[in-house]
Amino acid sequence: MVLIEARDLEKTYWDDGVVTPALRGVSFDIKKGEFVAIMGPSGSGKSTLLHLLGFLDRPTSGLYRFDGRAIDEHSDHDLAEVRNRKMGFVFQTFNLLPRATTLENVKLPLLYSGIPEKKWNHMAEEAIEAVGLTHRLHHESSQLSGGERQRVAIARALVLTPEIIFADEPTGNLDSKSGQAVMSILEKLNRTRGHTIVLITHETYTAEQAERILHLMDGELVKDEKVKARRTSDHFIK
Amino acid sequence: MVFRRALGTSWKGLNTHRTRSALTILGIVIGVTAIILIVSLGEGAQALILGEVQSIGAKTIAVVPGREPKGPSDFLSTFTDSLKQKDIDALSRTTNAPHISRIMPIVFGSQSASYGGETYRPTIYGATPLFADIYNIAPVEGRIFNDDEVRGYADVVIIGNKVAEELFGNEEALGKRIRIKEKSFRVIGVLGAAGQSLFLNFDTAAIVPYTTAQQYIFGIKYFHRIVVEADTEANVPATIEDVKATLRASHGIDNPEKDDFFLETQADAMETVGTITNVLTLFLAAVAAISLVVGGVGIMNIMLVSVTERTREIGLRKAVGAKDTDIMLQFLLEAVILTVLGGLAGIMLGAFFSFLISLVLGRTLAVNWEFVFPFGAAALGIAVAAVVGLVFGLYPARVASKKSPIEALRYE
Repeated sequence: MVLIEARDLEKTYWDDGVVTPALRGVSFDIKKGEFVAIMGPSGSGKSTLLHLLGFLDRPTSGLYRFDGRAIDEHSDHDLAEVRNRKMGFVFQTFNLLPRATTLENVKLPLLYSGIPEKKWNHMAEEAIEAVGLTHRLHHESSQLSGGERQRVAIARALVLTPEIIFADEPTGNLDSKSGQAVMSILEKLNRTRGHTIVLITHETYTAEQAERILHLMDGELVKDEKVKARRTSDHFIK
Repeated sequence: MVFRRALGTSWKGLNTHRTRSALTILGIVIGVTAIILIVSLGEGAQALILGEVQSIGAKTIAVVPGREPKGPSDFLSTFTDSLKQKDIDALSRTTNAPHISRIMPIVFGSQSASYGGETYRPTIYGATPLFADIYNIAPVEGRIFNDDEVRGYADVVIIGNKVAEELFGNEEALGKRIRIKEKSFRVIGVLGAAGQSLFLNFDTAAIVPYTTAQQYIFGIKYFHRIVVEADTEANVPATIEDVKATLRASHGIDNPEKDDFFLETQADAMETVGTITNVLTLFLAAVAAISLVVGGVGIMNIMLVSVTERTREIGLRKAVGAKDTDIMLQFLLEAVILTVLGGLAGIMLGAFFSFLISLVLGRTLAVNWEFVFPFGAAALGIAVAAVVGLVFGLYPARVASKKSPIEALRYE
């Protein structure tokens, strides 16, 4: 079943009269449950694409349908709701709230979900358990290592059990060991829970842990390949 | 429910930047402190003055010559000679004013008095022995003059504490003769230190029989006041009407518009005092309120900085599902929480300072200055602070809510 349907997606930025085309007509589908990596050098438009796919921005032209509905059919208010309920985000720079504990950070999406508050702790604790950080429940983010912070961010993305998780260079700020731990969590979430995962990276090694790689270059899709020999990193998970 | 959650979020936001939050609200704190202080002191002053007005006695009615002043141009008309002995005689007749228990004419003016080489300019009051009773004063040394001395134009004087000090220094004043205008008076009484009272300062007074004062000091045949006392407080309104009717008959006036006298009662005086102090308090509080606006601008400024600094946080919140209205509410509430906290702090500080001042005034001026906590002003202060937060928080909150999530996430 198709979750993401992109047709001739274009995005152009105007900045002080300077026109910068970031995406020049990109078309592809992503099915539910897929683990897709988007690869490309910096400036290739991969972050722009992720912003469009994640409903954080609107395309200049082209069609983008998520879960059967085109982005044009949604108001900004609806987009926020879809992001909240069906999408999870993991960023390179973690973006945790300062001076907030693991639990508080993971509860953040719940704040905007309309779910009764009495269920929050349970939901957040489950998500935290899934990333193996139960022992860090009440630690502030400043007390955590980089790898742990990214796992908090993943738990935050997970807490509302979204259809899809967008991860923008999730290992970019981590050493290789923590990076591997993060990747194996994503891989496990995809395999055991069926979360669709869209991963942005410029490292071939990381991208090859996905099932499929979309190669971007200068705002165009230059290659869409199945990964033949998928790297796994199960031995990093306890 | 949604609101309570937003409140929690805003509170955490403020808590994360505690020092900045505290500094931000300083303007509001100072503004509300000033307002509370002014209103509290104003109410204290009012209570003090009203207390003094009450000490004159609720049964007392003062007849004042001239037309009641309605504006500055009427002021001169108060100096008229319309009150004369025949008015006293008319008022004394029980058929005219059955509820009058006591009547006392007063003349007054400033004259220089001398003893030996010393000169002082006391306020001369010409009165009757009732004076001591009505104004609740008693000599610490000597006595009050009696009715015979009033009838006989006696050259006796009771001097205030300050007058005695100025003229006699450490010397014994009682029995000595002082000169007022061209006449020599024997000191028969000295008043104790009474302190400054609102209307009359007996420390600087020299009190003589009104007959003597009229004849030898002022050279007049009329009175500056006739003080009338009703037998009971309940009979004051009736007595006012009786006095008016009697004096109109005595002066041959048939149109009340043309009255050449008017009456002052404690109630009038209280009303006047109340009006004056209220206007003053209001004016000063309005000036203080300006500082609240300045404080509000300060809050807007800091909130804008804060919004820029927290761009990333705003972006994250939007990415995980916060709507524009959620962000708006969060920052607006932060502003309101700040200003309301500032208001609360201001109320406490203002009340504290006001209390201190009441203690100091009570000690130094020896007046009975009561600390008044201005509940009305406190409620108003909180309300105004909240409104300031709303108004000046609106723009920064809007700026925050309009940030695009990707701009916000990219912001370093």
